[in-house]
Amino acid sequence: MPSEPLRRSGRAPRIRAANVAWYLVMTLLSVVVLFPVWMTLVRALSLPIPYLAEGLPPYPVDPQWGAFWEAWVEGSLGRSFALSIAITLVITAAQLVTSVLAAYSFAFLRYPGKSVLFALTVATLLLPIEVTLVVNARTIRSWDWLNSIQGLTAPFLATAFGIFLLRQAFLGLPKDLRDAAELEGYSNWRFMWRVVVPVNRPAVASFALVALLTAWGQYTWPRLAVTESDWEPLQIRLASLAVQNIDRSNIGFAGALIASVPIFVLLLIFQRQLIRGLTAGAVKG
Amino acid sequence: MTAGTPNTETKPVEAAPRRIRGRTREALIGYLYLLPAFVVFGIFFFYPLGRLIQLSLFDTRGVFANQRQEYVGFSQWAEVLGGEEFLDSLWITVQYVLYTVPAGVILGVLLAQLANRKLRGIAFFRTVFSSTVATSVAVASVIFFALVNPEVGYFRNVSWLSWLNTQNPDTALLSVAVSSIWQNLGLTFIIVMAAMQAIPEDLMEAATLDGYSPTRRFFKVTLPLLGPTLLFLVVVLVIFAFQAFGQIDILTQGGPQGRTETLVYRIFRIQFDDVNTAAVMSIGLFALTFVVTLLQFGMLERRVTYAE
Repeated sequence: MPSEPLRRSGRAPRIRAANVAWYLVMTLLSVVVLFPVWMTLVRALSLPIPYLAEGLPPYPVDPQWGAFWEAWVEGSLGRSFALSIAITLVITAAQLVTSVLAAYSFAFLRYPGKSVLFALTVATLLLPIEVTLVVNARTIRSWDWLNSIQGLTAPFLATAFGIFLLRQAFLGLPKDLRDAAELEGYSNWRFMWRVVVPVNRPAVASFALVALLTAWGQYTWPRLAVTESDWEPLQIRLASLAVQNIDRSNIGFAGALIASVPIFVLLLIFQRQLIRGLTAGAVKG
Repeated sequence: MTAGTPNTETKPVEAAPRRIRGRTREALIGYLYLLPAFVVFGIFFFYPLGRLIQLSLFDTRGVFANQRQEYVGFSQWAEVLGGEEFLDSLWITVQYVLYTVPAGVILGVLLAQLANRKLRGIAFFRTVFSSTVATSVAVASVIFFALVNPEVGYFRNVSWLSWLNTQNPDTALLSVAVSSIWQNLGLTFIIVMAAMQAIPEDLMEAATLDGYSPTRRFFKVTLPLLGPTLLFLVVVLVIFAFQAFGQIDILTQGGPQGRTETLVYRIFRIQFDDVNTAAVMSIGLFALTFVVTLLQFGMLERRVTYAE
């Protein structure tokens, strides 16, 4: 730290030239990363037919913000949006509860067969939804759960990732706390919700954020669990709007922005939790 | 943390029956807390695996699909896993891995290295590079539809990029891959950045004092220390690539001429007509994921030991 200003004043001219180059490179890279987003905005703001007639320019043709409203009403994006929020909340809440319960059980309670059950839990990590897709789709169909909130959420109500992550966090709980709770005569239930979860709030929040992000962005499972357009979650809806009918595609592109901007803002606010959650596997969990 | 407290038994000696009751109670609660998760795992993970194996051993094709079940043993496995369709899709999936994984890792390291400085405005650049983590598969695919679609995509206008489109059999898969690389950029950047910031500053200063040039510092200090993180990233990206579905469904539907029909997409497409073949392919996909994930566990294990 203290050597920083010294070095800087010592080699000022060279550093400054390097800085200019750095800013140029960074700006260029930012433009490349953001260009696709800009083009999406262009497509959302331009009516498709005049835009195509103009020869696909990199700027909006006769820009109008109507697509955002139309997406909501005519493209029934409003309904999909509400449905996606419902699905995301159900999945996130359920994953939190099932993961806290199971992680607590694995971390604190003693019973026969625990290591086998834990191994089975970890084994589910080896089974991505894509492998079980064929059978799960049949299960949902046989229960008549196609086109329903149950059908869209059921396979995701528990996740080994959450159990694993929270168990790791719970294991780090100081033993004193547990002894104190025992002395106070806390039940397991009370100890879990009053002590373990609040103390591990950072881990719980990181997991919740990753769960939410994953549930919100899902595409593969809804594609199988839904056969009526009324039940299409946001991600499916916006894609079919953008791709299937060229002369209405602007509302699909508007939908793509509507689907990501709130998430972007959310991630900006909870940056630290996001980084923790995403690196949970990379850096020691 | 505070390992200071000794693990001695401070509990008073209890009467045996009570202690046994206490233990049974603890066990009961333990199982009870596991129950919700295991109901989900049982129905949506373990049952399907068993059912997949069963489906792969039987031939249920025919007019009355549900009534006719002919046991055919492993003949179907050999037939499907050695068949052209599976191998084609496997090769396309592997190509998809080759397109997305090295590019993703290299770009992540490059951007993180460039952004690992304390200059004015750095927060802005970091936000930009992380931003694509907010996009889903569907959003990224729609965004790239506006670029790589041969009829309505912007790239058709750009002479040096017009070859990159979803109609060209030679570049269709690459153009889908570009959307994934872009979508994963935020994730890779965040992970590599976090790892770089965890490198102790004294280490860099020591290397500088030793006369290491920035390039040498990067290759001799930064990269080796990033090793475990990069391995983790490789595994995550490989699994993402194995699972690629949305981008194919939105951008190409497997075309042109089946050139983008990855394993998952093929399974999805044929499962209605030929559930037995789909089941065998799912098992093949499972085997692939299995190997890669085990690799990841091995690495995690090592990480944990290392960090302690």
